[in-house]
Amino acid sequence: MSGPNTGTAAPSSQNMSTRPANGPQDWDMGTKTLLDLERLDGYVAELAVSDDGGHAAAVVEKSPEERIIAVDNQPWEPALEKAWSLRFTSDGRAFALVRIDDEWTIMVDGTPWEERFEFAWNPKLAGGGKVIGVQTKSDMQYSVAVDGKLWDARFLSCRDYALSPDGSRVAAAVQIEELPEADVFKFLEGTWTVVVDEEPWPRKYLNVYTPIFSLDGKHVAAQVRTDATDYTAAIDNQPWAQVFTCIWEPRYRTGSDVLLPVRQQGGWFLAQNGKILWPSKYVQLWHACVSPQDERIAAVVATAYGRWTVAVDDVPWKTTFSDMVAAPVFSPDGHKVAAAVKHDGRWSIAVDGVPWMPTFDMVWEPVFSPGGESIATIVKENGKQSLVVNGRVHSRSFDRLWAPAFSPTGKQILLRGVDGTRVIREVIATTEV
Amino acid sequence: MDIYEVVRGPLVWIAFLGLAGGVVVKLLLMASLAKKEKTVFPTMSASHGLRSILHWIMPWGSTNMRAWPVMTTVSFAFHLCLLVTPLFVMGHAVSWQQSWGISWWSLPALAADIMTLWVVCGGVFFLIRRLTAPEVRNVTTFKDVLLILLVISPYLTAFVAHEQWFNNDVMIVLHIVTGVLWMLAIPFTWLSHMFWFVFTRAYMGSEFGAVRNARDW
Amino acid sequence: MDLQDQAVLDRGIDEGLEKLTPERIEKVIRHVLDNESAARLKVYLETCVHCGLCSEACHTYLSRDKDPDFAPVAKVKDTLWEMVKRKGRVDKDLLRRSARIAFTECGACRRCSMYCPFGIDIAYLIMTVRRICSLLQIVPQYLQDTTNSHAVTSNQMWVQADEWIDTLMWQEEDARDSFADARIPLDKEGAEVMYSVIAPEPKIMAQLLGNMAVIMKAANVDWTMPSADGWDNSNMAMYSGDFEVMGRVERAHWERARALKVERVVMGECGHAYRGAVYDGPKWLGWQKPPIPMIHAVEFYYELIHSGRLKIHRKITEPVTVQDPCNIVRGRGLHHKLRYVVNALCENFTDMDPRYEHNYCCAAGGGIINCGPPWKLSRMKSIRVKAEQMAATGAKICITPCHNCHSGIEDIIGHYKLGMHVSFINELLVKAIAEPQG
Repeated sequence: MSGPNTGTAAPSSQNMSTRPANGPQDWDMGTKTLLDLERLDGYVAELAVSDDGGHAAAVVEKSPEERIIAVDNQPWEPALEKAWSLRFTSDGRAFALVRIDDEWTIMVDGTPWEERFEFAWNPKLAGGGKVIGVQTKSDMQYSVAVDGKLWDARFLSCRDYALSPDGSRVAAAVQIEELPEADVFKFLEGTWTVVVDEEPWPRKYLNVYTPIFSLDGKHVAAQVRTDATDYTAAIDNQPWAQVFTCIWEPRYRTGSDVLLPVRQQGGWFLAQNGKILWPSKYVQLWHACVSPQDERIAAVVATAYGRWTVAVDDVPWKTTFSDMVAAPVFSPDGHKVAAAVKHDGRWSIAVDGVPWMPTFDMVWEPVFSPGGESIATIVKENGKQSLVVNGRVHSRSFDRLWAPAFSPTGKQILLRGVDGTRVIREVIATTEV
Repeated sequence: MDIYEVVRGPLVWIAFLGLAGGVVVKLLLMASLAKKEKTVFPTMSASHGLRSILHWIMPWGSTNMRAWPVMTTVSFAFHLCLLVTPLFVMGHAVSWQQSWGISWWSLPALAADIMTLWVVCGGVFFLIRRLTAPEVRNVTTFKDVLLILLVISPYLTAFVAHEQWFNNDVMIVLHIVTGVLWMLAIPFTWLSHMFWFVFTRAYMGSEFGAVRNARDW
Repeated sequence: MDLQDQAVLDRGIDEGLEKLTPERIEKVIRHVLDNESAARLKVYLETCVHCGLCSEACHTYLSRDKDPDFAPVAKVKDTLWEMVKRKGRVDKDLLRRSARIAFTECGACRRCSMYCPFGIDIAYLIMTVRRICSLLQIVPQYLQDTTNSHAVTSNQMWVQADEWIDTLMWQEEDARDSFADARIPLDKEGAEVMYSVIAPEPKIMAQLLGNMAVIMKAANVDWTMPSADGWDNSNMAMYSGDFEVMGRVERAHWERARALKVERVVMGECGHAYRGAVYDGPKWLGWQKPPIPMIHAVEFYYELIHSGRLKIHRKITEPVTVQDPCNIVRGRGLHHKLRYVVNALCENFTDMDPRYEHNYCCAAGGGIINCGPPWKLSRMKSIRVKAEQMAATGAKICITPCHNCHSGIEDIIGHYKLGMHVSFINELLVKAIAEPQG
């Protein structure tokens, strides 16, 4: 039952892209084998396939002390002490966290960064999927490195970071004051802040969560806790005048407007720039997201205890789901909204409030075709994974599938998956499903 | 209209209306508060609630009741007599008949006497327990003592009146007055456990049974 | 009344009190009573007839020679009744007493609800007092520090992200010393099971993680562990009364499980984490049940052994007994499955009396042990009945499928000189499934 670790769950804090950042060029129908697992001598710990389905890579364990990374069956040299979190950049370069001579770094296309760290983790991509960031620790101090360049600034701790959309800037949630053991009073004075391009915000907060950049990369917003019971958003170190008893992750609209789910009077609302934008009071509200044209806003809401759905511009879908609703996704034209939903223990996809008829053990995030007329996703049923398009299940099942991608016309779908011992790419006609 | 007519007429009406109105108002108020709490109604489970109530209205049906056999015996008999006696005692049957023309089976006089006395003795037992058991005395207030005295006084006065030990008219008036106060106190004091019991027990039974897969008795 | 307990100094409470004004006290109490509480609080307070029948349910009352001040109803009387009666206009002495009672003398184990004729949820009333104390910032120092850790790191022991991953990696190495193919797959999207633990495991009992790698491999389970926050599902904020931090921690946990697309979450041997992840957390967040099914380790071991996926090769021969953790027994009814597992692993098992839902709490749960060293002696005085109960079994090992129970029982064994040792099932299971050499 135990299979290779074939993917890294992306932290869900950023806006969800609906398809791989750099789509494939090759839309010729047919199947191509990218990797033959039988030829990889050893235990395959992880697998990754590039966005365009052109390359596949594997972390292979040769012995407890020795791992190699092989791309398209070609092993990188030298062997590594450890390697994990294997992924591809959007331009097809494989990278992973690796340990060489007891030090950690990122290895890209077989070449490790020159900078080495006591520890490195949490790689993130930006700049259209080409810029690689990572959190680091050296000499018990925490920092961030981007494309091999480590910040000079060091911090007592760092819990999260964000890259600007073009990858040129970095913001991180860092601890800048020593906190003696169990000093609950010093904690209340604030020991955390946001650091942007190595420059910490002057004000200290009790907590700082989920810093994000505006789309133009000029502004940074974060959740801040200004007192034990006061939470709000801070934009470029300026907290909103309004505080709330609880908040969730902020979202930038196209300009500098910031959306924030806020809790007050025992319920949840959506606020924008400190003022309530959606007057409806929900039992829960999170995962706010903005349509690509910045015209519509969707969020996951609970309209009552145990009744989950999506609200679009403060109007909840009529159908509610008992178990869970995952982050909503807009179609590229912003007209449709889809989300993975779970009701009575079974997953499905709901589009504009209407769930697909078939239900599954598990459903991945929905992917819209460029024109918005089709939605594809991966599902899991009885341990096997399949492609589903517009509620219809593809006849073939796989051991593992990566997110599907539509061709620019929407007429073809790229499948990337593991079929027995082969990692394959396959282009099928959308109508085939 | 003499004092007897007053207490037997308007005062009794006040008692019935006060009791019914008080209970209805309380229930409505709580229903709206429970709705505000969001999780209360969705948690309720009829079968698990009922299961719990049954275990707790059955004598010795719960572990704690078995741990206190004397208290359990006295208490069950007390509550049973307290509810049954006023409904079926001959004196009241006559009143129902005279006032509203309705009649039903009545208790034999001896049984009614014994049951009335059981309520009084039960009350005295509770009082003694309250004042002697440290864990009860510690949480007993003056109001608690007064409430017990109020609960047993209509029964005591009824018994005394029936036995004609004192001026009968005075006793009957006292009986009605204390009975009216007793009824009026139900919605507004902890005597409200008479009706809240069903809800608190059902809620706890639901939480234990339906949510946490465990027993609460 | 225990003068020694009353003399305990706790910076979290004492210095917190100094900062309070009568206006703030009144405002906070009224806010909690009027806005954060509704039907249950009012009905419970109206229904209580002050009969004292809840007393015998409480291990602190029983252990302290039936001191009436330790009866559950007395704890409500000395705290919430006064706050309600005086409409929040209470003095600092009452608040100091309330914090001591609510945080250190009641573990919210809910045994008393099973003894109250009306099913009044006394633990809920005490939790309301804790909520008030939390908003007033008069929480025992060490418990508050744990909550602060949750607020910063999501886990309860200030474990840094790198320390967590590093620990999983060296535990994998350790596990492979005893079981060649044992692994701890990180962030494996689409795995059947996400395994979540609480921070004491990477911090001080890392071998439990390695043991789990061995167990998972032996049973051939498709599992994963998250490398990022959300791996700790415990929640001391739930017990300190900081429900906002509690919600944040539980959301992180469930969203991590969703991000990994796992079909269910198996959690380690911890009771309060089970409560936080399955009941209190989801409830506050708006979920009527956990969004993804979660089972406690006891249920998981039961499943693996019962189905034959795990083979027991040698049983433990020493006499054992088992502690029923409140939050998985009164909280989930797992007592029969627990005994199935214990009997499968041990040849010589003696039960404690009382047991099942009627077990006594270990006195560590409910955040009490997290109140730290200042309160340890008080905690030991409150749990003599458990020591007597354990001694009567004659066992040499007390199995504790809960971290709080584990630490609490360990303290009891030391304080009352019981000559036993404590063990998680995980530790016994790894020995029991090891194939005999040759």
